[in-house]
Amino acid sequence: MYSNLAELLALAEKQGVPLWRIILENEKKLSDISEEGVFALLHEHYQVMTASATKALDRPMSTVLGLISGIAAPQYRYSRTEGGLCGGVLNRAMAYALSCSEVNASMGRICAAPTAGACGILPAVLMTLREELSLSLRQTLCGLLTASGVGAVIMKNATVAGAEGGCQAECGVAAAMAAAAAVQMAMGSPGQSMHAVSFALMNSMGLVCDPVAGLVQVPCAQRNASQTANALLSADLALAGMTSVIPADQVVEAMYRVGRQLPMELRETAMGGIAATEAGRGYAKRLAGETRAAAGGEA
Amino acid sequence: MEISIFKAVGPIMIGPSSSHTAGAARLARIARLIVAAPFSHVCFALHGSFAKTYRGHGTDRALVAGALGLREDDERLADSFALARRAGLSWEFTEADLGGMHENSVRMTFTLTDGSRQEITGSSIGGGQIVIRSINGFETEYSAQSSALIIRQYDRPGVVSEVSGVLAGHGINIAVMRVSRSARGETAFCIIETDDWIPREVEATLRELPNIISVRAINLIDREESTCTAI
Repeated sequence: MYSNLAELLALAEKQGVPLWRIILENEKKLSDISEEGVFALLHEHYQVMTASATKALDRPMSTVLGLISGIAAPQYRYSRTEGGLCGGVLNRAMAYALSCSEVNASMGRICAAPTAGACGILPAVLMTLREELSLSLRQTLCGLLTASGVGAVIMKNATVAGAEGGCQAECGVAAAMAAAAAVQMAMGSPGQSMHAVSFALMNSMGLVCDPVAGLVQVPCAQRNASQTANALLSADLALAGMTSVIPADQVVEAMYRVGRQLPMELRETAMGGIAATEAGRGYAKRLAGETRAAAGGEA
Repeated sequence: MEISIFKAVGPIMIGPSSSHTAGAARLARIARLIVAAPFSHVCFALHGSFAKTYRGHGTDRALVAGALGLREDDERLADSFALARRAGLSWEFTEADLGGMHENSVRMTFTLTDGSRQEITGSSIGGGQIVIRSINGFETEYSAQSSALIIRQYDRPGVVSEVSGVLAGHGINIAVMRVSRSARGETAFCIIETDDWIPREVEATLRELPNIISVRAINLIDREESTCTAI
């Protein structure tokens, strides 16, 4: 049926249907489940997303070394009371994303989208737009369907593993998926969704994976927040009429190429970037000390 | 498009890492299903990245949770140490060099309540996916995506066809079959992945065949296997 974004778009345009309709038909055949079956599964995933995006909004989660414990709650309060420089909507979206990251780091339940490290971006965008645009659950799940279809194509033609492609492959791809969904939820065209995918990936091109002490906390949580903003602004650029001069598939290809060009130190090994700073190495040393102490006392 | 959307959005899992947490829990849970007998102690020998980063990613708690039978999306996973203590299960972690194994690998040695031991080695290969690499010294390759029969038999002509005959008689289709043996004419080890659920009577019938030493059926679609039972 389709093996890249251009073919997916062509099918939608030819049939005059939204992207999610093509993605849905493909999934029904591929997994041998009914339309309602697919939506039931999507709903199950969305429920896990909303639970993780709200769980840390009013209470801090305990994380190893506590690097991001309690970051979501003040962000949420700030979005409600101050509004912030970027406005209440974006600040609230970032709070949702941070909540997911905090829950993930505290060994709570999340939905990988496309990975655990990037699990905050898609829920933040879907939930925020559902609230702001007063969408039904079904409409929101159609957004999730759009995002997951785009994600599957990127998984096939590139990578979503930080160890292979850096953070651009995790949080960058999550932003691209969310941007496509955002355009669709705002009644943009399938073509505009694809432009938004291109913008989100361009805006995250080259982003390295450099987790402090090897933990999925810093800068992962901050990147979940910033890539949420990237998803929304990329969708806005497309909805305003900007078109990408580079086709989305070629941007995906470029992202993959850049990922492979990244030195090993910048691909999830915790040996470069923020992880290799003096303070970053200090946290790694502290974690190693705690690990030795714990291993001695468990047996 | 041959990749399911639920690979891009999913799995639903306990954080923080699909390979170091979800995959680890799954490895120990599948190992527990393979052991299929009560045990009181597990030693986890961690290799590569598992050995270096296990604590920060909760690999340790995930492994103990899996040994208790908890699924990788079970929120009790973070409290697995307390659950294990309550269930009378003890555990230890050591580092091991498992040679050319995948970076995220673990050798799990289960001490059964009768004093015997079983050793299962596996790798977490990313996205929560796993491969069991060896079972009690026999090399294998089981990704736990489908139900399976794990059979130990005497290495004699005709055994494999007798086994497949029983399966055919029950309308069970064989997806993959792998046989390995210790030495010619001694004992062999066979893992059969099937497209279908394996009923108990199939296990019982296979056990009665001559030259069969042991049979274990692993049915992954059984949601009940996720209960946190006492050891």
